[in-house]
Amino acid sequence: MIAALRTPRGLVTVLVLVVLAVLPLLTQAFDQRYLLSIGTKIVIWSIAAVSLNMILGYGGMVSFGHAVFFGIGGYAVGILSAHGVSSGWIQWPVALLAATLWAALVGALSLRTRGLYFIMITLAFAQLVYYVGGGLEAYGADDGLNISRSRFPGVIDLRNKASFYWLCFVLLCGTLWFCSRFANSRFGYVIRGAKSNDLRMTALGFPVFRYRLAAFTISGAFGGLAGILLANEGAYISPAMMSWVKSGDLIVIVVLGGMGTLFGPLYGTIAFFVLEESLPPLLDLGRKGWGEYWQIVFGPMLVLIALYARGGIDSLFGRRR
Amino acid sequence: MDYLLLQMLNGVQLGLLMFLLAAGLTLTFGIMDLVNLAHGSLYMMGAYIAWTLIGWTDSFVIGAILTVPATFLLGLVVEAVVARRLYARDHLDQVLATFGLILFFNELVRVIWGPAGKSIAVPQFLNHTVEILPGMPYPAYRFAIIVVGAAVAVLLAWLVARTRVGMLIRAGASNRRMIGALGVNIELLFSLVFGLGAVFAGLAGLMAAPITSVKIGMGDDILILAFVIIVIGGIGSIKGAFIAAMVVGQIDIVGRAFLPDLLKTFMSNAAASTAAPAISQVLVYVVMAGVLVWRPTGLFGQRT
Repeated sequence: MIAALRTPRGLVTVLVLVVLAVLPLLTQAFDQRYLLSIGTKIVIWSIAAVSLNMILGYGGMVSFGHAVFFGIGGYAVGILSAHGVSSGWIQWPVALLAATLWAALVGALSLRTRGLYFIMITLAFAQLVYYVGGGLEAYGADDGLNISRSRFPGVIDLRNKASFYWLCFVLLCGTLWFCSRFANSRFGYVIRGAKSNDLRMTALGFPVFRYRLAAFTISGAFGGLAGILLANEGAYISPAMMSWVKSGDLIVIVVLGGMGTLFGPLYGTIAFFVLEESLPPLLDLGRKGWGEYWQIVFGPMLVLIALYARGGIDSLFGRRR
Repeated sequence: MDYLLLQMLNGVQLGLLMFLLAAGLTLTFGIMDLVNLAHGSLYMMGAYIAWTLIGWTDSFVIGAILTVPATFLLGLVVEAVVARRLYARDHLDQVLATFGLILFFNELVRVIWGPAGKSIAVPQFLNHTVEILPGMPYPAYRFAIIVVGAAVAVLLAWLVARTRVGMLIRAGASNRRMIGALGVNIELLFSLVFGLGAVFAGLAGLMAAPITSVKIGMGDDILILAFVIIVIGGIGSIKGAFIAAMVVGQIDIVGRAFLPDLLKTFMSNAAASTAAPAISQVLVYVVMAGVLVWRPTGLFGQRT
């Protein structure tokens, strides 16, 4: 911990984590309730971004359908709650299992393909679930469904915004811890090796397909966790939470933060939400009413990031060891 | 029986529109190796530009004809400013940058044309029905789409298979660096292909406008469908795109037309009419997944 503070990267990381850890206290002190809800969204999206980074950043698998796990996690919780099963002890394992199984199925089918085909088939599977969600008349179809939050009687009350935030934060820390263990394990090195040269990894005797499938499945499970939290955050589910634009946003976040870095997705999510919240008021300063059109600035920014900023935010803190 | 035939014609009409969109996409990918998510934005821009030009000239035909050079120009600008810098990049960068372009164009349309949707009226001279078979009336405008779509498809096939430019395009699709090395002005060829793709996309947007509506984001969903088509057909293959577009058109329309009645036999009416379009959409993706599992590079894609 002390040693980490000596490098700029370590300093930033510790600062960000500390601020996130005490965010509910800060927002309460300054009476900014709205900021806490943005903070909660940032933490939840970070979990999804870290999970996407495991396959996209470390593994080079450009999945364009990661938001589907928001949907599967969320709908599992929502559907159970609509049928009167409100205990989180049942909802959450079921939702995680559903996301894991779906990830395993999609991975098994789509990892046979490469390049653009992989991008498009992951997108297609996500769209498939999206349209199924939109066709479920009993669960609100396109309009979505208001749900009650998961109950953990005697343990935690998710309706309390601060305790829900801390639960999300602890889960984010767990996800980051898992990701760091993953990235530095033998398993992680096989995945990273296969990114740069999968023929060589195959020649070395590694069953690359199986390794990738395992990584894809794990990533999907964490994505499902983010979905569970997202549904509980708004007490609401709708197909919009898994639209392909959300999948695009997740890719943007991972690249913006720095692919294949542990904390990059976290920085990316923070930057993404800060831009989304601050660009409109900034543009309004220029002229009243411009803020509404903030994406006309944000779009070209993405183009510039894609063209000139490969390392993402993480690379601003100097080269990695 | 008549109903089935009419719906199948609607499927052909949708398929031809999708083909126009998919042809540009498959060419830009096959030749420039560019994943262009902003292709749907060109479709949307085509529709909006046509709306303006038709308003100015007060004539559908003149407006439509002027839309062609306008979208070509737009394509050249997008190519020169952004797309050109992406050819040598990996797919992830391309996805990211062109995703940014989508946001930009959607917002640009909101600034220029406002948030409300527009509509283009079916031109007077096509606002009637024709009897395609004795006793079978069919809207003339939809029939015109089929005719124009088929004509463009034939033109494209001729262009690619029989002309010098087409020869270069085919050569470019199979080995870009080689034709560059043989002294072909590859940058000009790339600009031309991109512009051509923009024209086709704009044309599709223009023709679809009177039967759907001109609105922000209209290109986004249809873009995904166009990608599905080129992936089913095999990326870079125009023949594959055509066949896949026809198949997808049939699945979509026939699904929408007949599934509701089928579902109503065992579901409530409301549930059936919500579920049917969803199921026909899902069917398209199931077909795509099936094709990719069977042939990982699509029906007519190059084996690697």
